[in-house]
Amino acid sequence: MRYLPLSDENRRDMLAAIGVGSVDELFADIPAAAKAKANFSLPNTQSEIEVERILSAMAAKNLNAASAPSFLGAGNYRHHTPASLDYIIQRGEFLTAYTPYQPEIAQGTLQAIYEFQTQVALITGMEVANASMYDGATACAEAAAMACRVTKRAKVLISGGVHPHYRDVTATAMRFLDMQAECLAPDPMAVEDLIGRIGPDLACVIVQTPGFFGHLQDFSALAAACHTAGALLVVCVTEPVSLGLLKSPGDMGADIVVGEGQSIATPTSFGGPGVGLFATREKFIRQMPGRLAGETTDEDGRRGWVLTLSTREQHIRREKATSNICTNSGLIALAFSVHMTLLGEAGFRRLAELNHVHAVLLADRLEQVKGVKILPAAFFNEFAVQLPIPAAGVVEALAKRGILGGVPASRFYPTYPELANTLLLAATEMNSAADIDALGAALQEVLS
Amino acid sequence: MSTTTTTSGHRGLQIEQALIFELDTPGSTAVDLPAAPKVRTRLGSLRSDKSIGLPGLSEPEVVRHYTRLSQKNYSIDTGFYPLGSCTMKHNPRLNEKMARLPGFADIHPFQPVSTAQGAFELIDTLAHWLKTLTGMPAVAMSPAAGAHGELCGLMCIRAAHEANGQGARKIVLVPESAHGTNPATAALCGYQVESIPASALGHVDLSVLKARLGADIAAVMITNPNTCGLFETECIEIAEAVHVAGAYFYMDGANFNALVGRVRIADLGVDAMHINLHKTFSTPHGGGGPGAGPTVLSAALAAFAPVPFVVKAGENYAVAEHAGHGAAQKAFGRMKGFQGQFGVFVRALSYILAMGVDGLKQASGDAVINANYLRAKLAAELTPAFEGRSMHEVVFDDRFLKNTGVSTLDIAKALIDEGFHPMTMYFPLVVHGALLMEPTETESKATLDQFIASVLALARRAKQGDQAEWFRAAPRLAPRRRLDETKAARKPVLRWRKADTTAEVAKQAAE
Repeated sequence: MRYLPLSDENRRDMLAAIGVGSVDELFADIPAAAKAKANFSLPNTQSEIEVERILSAMAAKNLNAASAPSFLGAGNYRHHTPASLDYIIQRGEFLTAYTPYQPEIAQGTLQAIYEFQTQVALITGMEVANASMYDGATACAEAAAMACRVTKRAKVLISGGVHPHYRDVTATAMRFLDMQAECLAPDPMAVEDLIGRIGPDLACVIVQTPGFFGHLQDFSALAAACHTAGALLVVCVTEPVSLGLLKSPGDMGADIVVGEGQSIATPTSFGGPGVGLFATREKFIRQMPGRLAGETTDEDGRRGWVLTLSTREQHIRREKATSNICTNSGLIALAFSVHMTLLGEAGFRRLAELNHVHAVLLADRLEQVKGVKILPAAFFNEFAVQLPIPAAGVVEALAKRGILGGVPASRFYPTYPELANTLLLAATEMNSAADIDALGAALQEVLS
Repeated sequence: MSTTTTTSGHRGLQIEQALIFELDTPGSTAVDLPAAPKVRTRLGSLRSDKSIGLPGLSEPEVVRHYTRLSQKNYSIDTGFYPLGSCTMKHNPRLNEKMARLPGFADIHPFQPVSTAQGAFELIDTLAHWLKTLTGMPAVAMSPAAGAHGELCGLMCIRAAHEANGQGARKIVLVPESAHGTNPATAALCGYQVESIPASALGHVDLSVLKARLGADIAAVMITNPNTCGLFETECIEIAEAVHVAGAYFYMDGANFNALVGRVRIADLGVDAMHINLHKTFSTPHGGGGPGAGPTVLSAALAAFAPVPFVVKAGENYAVAEHAGHGAAQKAFGRMKGFQGQFGVFVRALSYILAMGVDGLKQASGDAVINANYLRAKLAAELTPAFEGRSMHEVVFDDRFLKNTGVSTLDIAKALIDEGFHPMTMYFPLVVHGALLMEPTETESKATLDQFIASVLALARRAKQGDQAEWFRAAPRLAPRRRLDETKAARKPVLRWRKADTTAEVAKQAAE
């Protein structure tokens, strides 16, 4: 087997050095009852060629966005990946390193995390960010738990404009913490009243920008109302490219900003792995979950980085830790950081601009299709539309024409018949004018 | 002392690299994008033209920056990484190649299910392997890492207790030797944690455990093989006692690499166990993730598994995405966005298919041979913490350093100069000054012999009695010498700031 270096001769020599006659003797502590049925009806080892053949056949069964125009979003976006990005994250010294617990020989990872933390803080408009969480949804749940610790309250309010997966993951986590999550109904027109629901028992309000249905809202007044009531404002960002063009959550008064970095970091990859972004104010750092890289010096006075404030973490604090997270999303955080560095401020703004322009072109085209109504007046690169017939069937019909034409809201809200005809559509820099026209024409055909 | 006397600060191949923020050429970018057509924008009042503060670099500068950073890292590609409990094995590049097939990389979690049948087939195939190798009837695929898998298992356990009118059970028993994630996870699941002591032999003390079991215990979490590298020989008796008491048995599968192909986990009486795909099944650690922690479940817990999960209907695959509906009637909820760590699943299946069941069994055998070989050879100078054989990892205590003035930490730092990544130190907590080594099966005998020679030489040097200062100065040859962690924690500097604004920001933060 090509991944195993020991030869039979090695094994014999080593077993002799150990003082046993066979490898089975090394497993003697395991009760016979646990070993008796260890005969598995599974395939044996296969060559690279065979493995490639099997997996390529599975891959070929999927309609992929490299070969079909795609307008899918809903928290997972397809952007261009510069060639140097994939080269860098495939360097073995990044790819095959462990968590940087030995800082003297992990300065590469540690400096990259420190740069990542700074970039995340800058684009969210916050003071500090951590080294990453699993994904945006789990980061949102961590933010809710942190808000409860900070305020010593046990209830959170989740807007109907928040991604339903973020809502569900947060509500699940809160329930098991014996805390309460009040989840508002989906809000496709962005008309819900959040300020009126803030009470003295509320730890935080959780909102999203741009909203799940695409709306752009300024949450500054909501932030002020939260702070008056002693609550925190948590803002989710599922499409961080938007931060290149829009007022940042920090500028709106957010206390915690969480998000999904996938769109900048990595291909859509069926939704995972992504990278959870988590940023907050400096005064809350000791309540933060997750790893943090911090600057220090070595014995020769040279600048360097270490993992720090680990007294918040599970390996030190055990059941009193701020989170149980250990492995996070290091490599995807690196990919996020590399892409942000490649873009720089100028490139980041241009990318955001291009995304918005393509979404406007898409909206302009769809408004020519009879019976299609764009819901948000203002949007970034994604918006909900109202169709005259159920969106799920429309999407299937478009797929038959080789177009991945959006995500029906019913995929998330099967029990809301009023959302049956609602479709989410995203456009990025990857959608050409021809793609947009093809979608417009196909939609016209399907609807007529 | 450092011998750096160069003008640049570089030392041969060890090159100092500034932060990206210090390399800023304002307006510069490494990405050329096509020009945007003029349109009437629809951003409302939310547009911002305020400066963000991101640095601008050209492509060659960016590539060099990260290449230089990479060269300051130790990695499994460049050397031996005997970190106990971390299973740092070779990460085959075939896995990376497969994950980048457009049919896997360029697919979307919400594209019509009919257009993603191959993706669900992949998840289902990996699930089949994990269920078969453990003998367990179900697996929750969505947990993102080991600790997340633990949480999944405990949430299933709590949901099952509540469904059975046993919601008053509020305590989870965890051995002293457990990973910190175990107690932290129990707390996140709304449970109180009680510690159970280890016996002098490094095992869970069955009589102490039995005495504590009762109507208030929800679950017992046990790592097996445990963090001392020993198989819990009374595992089956423990499971029986736990079940008699009406509780569930969670087995932490972090050390599954010792057992693959040799033990059916179901036959140990396990109710839930997570599997770290980024340990046992070779997906890369990436400097701290991403991982994946699928959690196998017993029949008693299977119905409570979180969404999403794949459902096979005839020839076609469907996915249950809504707790409380259809096949997910009893699902406890959702733990993770989208469809789980799909890219990690591709890599793990690529490895599993390459190894096959015969290769996996050979791998666990070789992992155990390598650990016991280290044990046998190092025992010449070091002091194994426990008698008998080890499984896939071996723990030594620091008795061999008694009266030398040299600590476990010093040995670890001196190993860095020898070109090896240190072992896990001071863990498990039940072993004084622990040195925990896990070689894995992907290391050759020649590599182990080199490592053994270095460790033995360091141990002998320590025992000379006047070497404490020499050790304290290690490492000398790494990109950095020992870093001041106290300083980092006392006045945390967690991000770069422009020098002239530091004072102002600090003032704002203080307000």
